[in-house]
Amino acid sequence: MSVVIVFILVIAGISFWWLAQQRLMSKPWLEQGAAGVLPGLESTGVPTAKLGLGVFLAVVGCLFALFASAYFMRMELSDWRAPPLPSVLWLNTGLLILSSVALHVAVMAARRNQPDMLRLALVAGGLTTLAFLAGQMTAWRTLADGGYFLTGNPATSFFYLLTGMHALHILGGLVGLGWAMAGAWREGASARIAQRVELCAMYWHFLLLIWLALLVLLAGWANDFIDLCRQLLT
Amino acid sequence: MVDITPRAVDAIPPAEVPDVELYHPHSWWTTYVFSQDAKVIAIQYAGTAMAIGLVALVLSWLVRLQLGFPGTFDFITPEAYYQFVTMHGMIMVIYLLTALFLGGFGNYLIPLMVGARDMVFPYVNMLSYWIYLLAVLVLVASFFAPGGPTGAGWTLYPPQAILSGTPGGQQAGILLMLASLILFIIGFTMGGLNYVVTVLQGRTRGMTLMRMPLTVWGIFTATVMALLAFPALFVACVMMLFDRVLGTSFFMPALVEMGEQLSYGGGSPILFQHLFWFFGHPEVYIVALPAFGIVSDLISTHARKNIFGYRMMVWAIVGIGALSFIVWAHHMYVSGMHPWFGFFFATTTLIIAVPTAIKVYNWVLTLWRGDIHLTIPMLFALAFIVTFVNGGLTGLFLGNVVVDVPLSDTMFVVAHFHMVMGVAPIMVVFGAIYHWYPKMTGRMFNEWMGQFHFWVTFIGAYAIFFPMHYVGLVGVPRRYPELGETAFIPDSVHTLNAFITVAALIVGFAQLVFLFNMFWSLRYGRDAGGNPWRATSLEWQTPTTPPPHGNWGKEVPLVYRWAYDYSVPGAPQDFIPQNDPWPEKAAPA
Repeated sequence: MSVVIVFILVIAGISFWWLAQQRLMSKPWLEQGAAGVLPGLESTGVPTAKLGLGVFLAVVGCLFALFASAYFMRMELSDWRAPPLPSVLWLNTGLLILSSVALHVAVMAARRNQPDMLRLALVAGGLTTLAFLAGQMTAWRTLADGGYFLTGNPATSFFYLLTGMHALHILGGLVGLGWAMAGAWREGASARIAQRVELCAMYWHFLLLIWLALLVLLAGWANDFIDLCRQLLT
Repeated sequence: MVDITPRAVDAIPPAEVPDVELYHPHSWWTTYVFSQDAKVIAIQYAGTAMAIGLVALVLSWLVRLQLGFPGTFDFITPEAYYQFVTMHGMIMVIYLLTALFLGGFGNYLIPLMVGARDMVFPYVNMLSYWIYLLAVLVLVASFFAPGGPTGAGWTLYPPQAILSGTPGGQQAGILLMLASLILFIIGFTMGGLNYVVTVLQGRTRGMTLMRMPLTVWGIFTATVMALLAFPALFVACVMMLFDRVLGTSFFMPALVEMGEQLSYGGGSPILFQHLFWFFGHPEVYIVALPAFGIVSDLISTHARKNIFGYRMMVWAIVGIGALSFIVWAHHMYVSGMHPWFGFFFATTTLIIAVPTAIKVYNWVLTLWRGDIHLTIPMLFALAFIVTFVNGGLTGLFLGNVVVDVPLSDTMFVVAHFHMVMGVAPIMVVFGAIYHWYPKMTGRMFNEWMGQFHFWVTFIGAYAIFFPMHYVGLVGVPRRYPELGETAFIPDSVHTLNAFITVAALIVGFAQLVFLFNMFWSLRYGRDAGGNPWRATSLEWQTPTTPPPHGNWGKEVPLVYRWAYDYSVPGAPQDFIPQNDPWPEKAAPA
């Protein structure tokens, strides 16, 4: 459970850092006075939708941290045989990075009020994302053709489970992207659309991060590190 | 007093906020059914939770009938007994208490108490309720599925949960249970995002964090915890679904069932326990923290005294929330863990008693020399404190490994967690319903029916759970549908069991009086006015009662003080509402 504990510590750190700025030491029973005089204490100043997405991403992060914890705990048992990593995953990683870059370009275009550039970038982001999903399907096929089925070995089961979970989140993101696209075609680069695009970009960057972490996990690069931690703990 | 206003009060801009952003319903359907008004959603949540809670109440009767009078009722087979126990536990913990405190009270109270017009994402909020309802319906469907609901125990431990020896294990029961939990978590996450972001963003002007009522602090912290803890249950459910449906071996070890080698192999049941309790322990405080918050407000209001140690209360809530994530393995002392692990978790478990005890002292010190009004909400609040102390003290016993190991599988544990997590929060639920009923309906409940309900419930709950501690201490195991001829169990245990069952039946029936009171008073209760308890917090200051969609009419309130200005010397009355500029003469227009 160490991965999720580290994750919770990070969240707790951010929460306490924020709480520390909220005058938690104040004595409200002595302080009376009107509103509007305590700048920054009434709301965070971040747009509400963005904060909402931020909280949601913390939940998603927690979910994947828990999956990673389960992965490491299951890995300790003797029947663990990691499957070979399909090489198409490198292409997929490249595609996902491209889609993240495309959405970043879209945010820039929306801020500079360039509707054509915005639409182009959104389409590019959507297409690379779809290509990523197709690539993930190919990876599954490669594994299955090689005789690595879902039920074969827990390591393989985890491969399907983790990539599947990640793909489901990407699919959910595509709904949001479609919503941003619909707006971009209707209204161009208005402030409302710019915010939608920003939300999409934030989600994409986060899922890219999650994917890179999953890749490290599945490729076994973290194993030495985990062994080291385990030795330190015991 | 320190006046933190650097300028005169009249320098403040008018608090007029256009409410054009609100989605105003146009038809009956969007006003009462598919409503986006947090208050309607709250009542929908509470109604659904209480309806499914009644099912769980009847299940507890059936469980008690079997334990009190074993062999008398033919339809309570051992399989049925396990199904009743499982569904009773799961419904009460998740579908009743979690949904009622966060979905019910959270939705109703957060926007009103922080001075917002509604939740920040009303549409997502509405979806949250409908997914919750779907989860409840899937759960109910398992009663009618072939083989009935799952009988795996509310913890759903593998491998037994998905084997054919357990009711519903190889049938639809466990599948519907897991599906329902997954739906619940998705629905809750939608609601939870709303509660958190509304507290962060939706507060009205002047409502700093340290001016919020403790109810909001409790619900807010509990929601943050739930958002981080429920994913663990989600992961556990998804992986168990994979094991059950697709034949993976995440949790399932190699095993032989009925002389037949199953295809599973190598999985770790302990892994499930870690995931489950990583959710399961914070869950205790997800239920307890809103209760802590609400009870603080009830005591302060009905004792006409400011809450003692407000800052300490806030810090304790946050501290308990953080600590509760590193105590989960105290539920697993008997799972064969490394002794150092047990030592670590016993230590953290006992540390969490410190902030909890601070809260109890502060409640008692709030009562000290207060002007105590023994209203129905106050009676329930006092009953909560007593019960929580009782249940908490046995928690200190069970938190120690050496005491827990012999007691772990006895009725002592059942008595402990029903005291601390069943009776105590339910007392707050009732207290809170009686307290806010006048605001929700504009009418007072019937006092005498309330008195009857309180005394029967309070004394009855003790009649049920106090003897159970003794039953546990003599070593009567939990999870057994029948004790049979067992040498070490004296006859008095059987007498006590029969007594407990009778008490449980009486307490259950008393709840019908409560329900009748709620419906009767809706029509015949006397008019309550806007602020019958003369309380300070914002929800009592709405221009109309019950508050309409948008809550505040033309202007959102402007907050001048904290929520606990009771019996302030020199003030014209014994309470000063949060939006009252006293001692300044005129409120800004």
